[in-house]
Amino acid sequence: MATVKPKPYAESKEELISGSEAIGIACALADVDVITAYPIRPYDTVMQYVSRLKADGNFDFDFIVAESEHSQFEIVKHASAVGARTFTGSSGVGWFYAFEAITVTAGLRMPVVAMVGNRALDDPGAFGVEHNDAMAVRDLGWHLYWVATAQEALDMALIAWKVAEDPRVLLPFALSCDGSFLTHSQAIVQVPSQDQVDRFLPSYQRGTLQLHPDNPITVAPQVNEDWLMEIRKQTDEAMRRTSDVIKEAYDEFREIFGRGDPSPFIEEYMCDDAEIILVGMGTLAMPTRVAVRRMREAGEKVGFLRIKFFRPFPAEEIRAVLGKAKGVAVIDRDYSYGSPSFGGVLFHELRSTLYTLDDRPLMLNFIAGLGGREIKVGDIGQMVETTQTAIDTGKIEQETTWVSVRE
Amino acid sequence: MATVQDLPQIRGVKNIPVEEFYSSGHRTCQGCESALVMRLMIKAAGQRTIVLGSTGCMYVANTTYYSTPWVVPWMHTQLGSAGSAATGTAAGLNSMMRKGKMTQEPINVIAFCGDGGGVDMGLSALSAALQHDEYNLLIICYDNESYANTDIQVSGSSPWGANSTFSPPGSEIRNMNTRWKKNMAPMLAVGHPDMKYVATACASYGLDFNNKVRRALTSGGPTFIHCIDPCPKGWDYDPKYSHELGMLAIETGLWIQYEIIDGELTLNGPSRAIAKGIRKRKPVEEYLMRQGRFAHFLPEDIKKFQDKIEETWEKWWIPGLIPITPSQE
Repeated sequence: MATVKPKPYAESKEELISGSEAIGIACALADVDVITAYPIRPYDTVMQYVSRLKADGNFDFDFIVAESEHSQFEIVKHASAVGARTFTGSSGVGWFYAFEAITVTAGLRMPVVAMVGNRALDDPGAFGVEHNDAMAVRDLGWHLYWVATAQEALDMALIAWKVAEDPRVLLPFALSCDGSFLTHSQAIVQVPSQDQVDRFLPSYQRGTLQLHPDNPITVAPQVNEDWLMEIRKQTDEAMRRTSDVIKEAYDEFREIFGRGDPSPFIEEYMCDDAEIILVGMGTLAMPTRVAVRRMREAGEKVGFLRIKFFRPFPAEEIRAVLGKAKGVAVIDRDYSYGSPSFGGVLFHELRSTLYTLDDRPLMLNFIAGLGGREIKVGDIGQMVETTQTAIDTGKIEQETTWVSVRE
Repeated sequence: MATVQDLPQIRGVKNIPVEEFYSSGHRTCQGCESALVMRLMIKAAGQRTIVLGSTGCMYVANTTYYSTPWVVPWMHTQLGSAGSAATGTAAGLNSMMRKGKMTQEPINVIAFCGDGGGVDMGLSALSAALQHDEYNLLIICYDNESYANTDIQVSGSSPWGANSTFSPPGSEIRNMNTRWKKNMAPMLAVGHPDMKYVATACASYGLDFNNKVRRALTSGGPTFIHCIDPCPKGWDYDPKYSHELGMLAIETGLWIQYEIIDGELTLNGPSRAIAKGIRKRKPVEEYLMRQGRFAHFLPEDIKKFQDKIEETWEKWWIPGLIPITPSQE
């Protein structure tokens, strides 16, 4: 249940809230028109929160408790087609139950914003975080962003609508939030004022794409081999364009709200002069930063690179950071069975990214924290140690290592 | 969206609007009754309507890129999503009109599905849509009794014994489809007691269908119409007999025409005459033997079919609708 009495935000203020609640507040500030819910842990905490906002009269929107995740996503897709700003979300197998609808949302270029409360896929059942659920949209035309803090959850939700609904883009946006570690953990969040948000976020205008009797268009006919490639390529062009739109929106966000990282795509932590750089996504940033700081205090040249946008994948920026390192230790909170190195998805994306470098660092993959298992500071230390050994010997004994796992 | 459009009942064929909102530009089969359902549906609903079409014949055969028969706004939705498409469209309009983001006006929202999309895959989404009293929407199931667009495969709405590409009569098994057609409209009516309007229809009775569409759209709230659509390709007959087969389905008592308005049932057309004893039901053999999909039937199969119709009319609590009878104790 919501822990904070929901209230409208006439003025900017600090709140102790969870990542889910932060996104719920963003929905209200963005004046979302239609939200669809279906229960599954852990994302559903955001829906508990917005339903309370509605019940208390603090946020006016059409709230539909769908009969399945598939319907959840179909309903917002269609609401978006008539020009409504929308929000939905899911977790784990719920996200997969919606998958047909998730696919067509991107295919139709509907700027739906969805929260994925990352959860391990069944079977066997586990409530905890694992990134494979959200990862599944990586080839479909969705923006895919990995959130690390409750503050970032609120901020990026606002940016998500601005970017997704931009006429140059019109692609859906998934906010990937680690189950429990982010969805349920509270932190101090600076909630912006309604006035600030109104200055930042324009209303959603579909223009000539709006489905309305005044604009009698036919949407999504059968195209077959005649047109499919051209339409796929248009979506590709939109995904290529969105990087600039994201930068533009992020700069504007920093100007109006007075916070943000140097880059919207990646976050560097002590990467300058680092010989070994750890790479990961989401809330594992916190223990990793602590470990890196301690190792730095002990004189080790270690850094941490957090990938924020998984789609579009910021290849250029990543190359600029990792190209300087001797060793790269990729932490995957996901796994791809039978993949080229029998490793994680992030690892393979990074290896592909670094292939074009003349001088490539050694790359090792660490599978950690699946199903919500905690990634400890000590685990990070071991990853660095293993990577250091590979650098010293010039040999990789084992490409992929499962961390803290019973044999 | 609180109010509904002014769509009075049409008195006589001469008063049917001449405007066409489903025009040329489609490539449905000759004799396709589902295409006629589309045309009559939107004629009755008029221009201020948004139509959502789930995957099926009326998507693939109607809307091929660079060509569309729809003069009104139309959008595709996934196979099982007629209910969700109607809900999402109505919700978007409703929310934006309430919040002053869009001009207030009653816009008809109609979603259609075939029997595959409605009776099978989309049943749960349909059911959910029909619970939303706050939205005015109409869902029309155009039932041609098979997955006709994908090569005529058996659906949950196909008749018992019908030949389809998934239920071909073979040397060992004559009748591969051992399921009786789902009792769709009554299932929805009984399962959603707050619905204001449920009806069955057939394009052979065009004016009747026009008026049912109008009654649905002016009821206020979610509504449902189930149409029986003879399909030359799937049922295997000469296209010129589509209308006749639609009439025969009703005259044999196999399909029953009715409206349920605010929970009150009224049979209409030949079904009403049959129920009142004014007309006798024709033997179902007359209907079955005109279609290639039943050509493999032996006399015992025809009898089985006839017996089922007798049971429907004589033994069901409400003939053709409710098979459950109260205990005598």
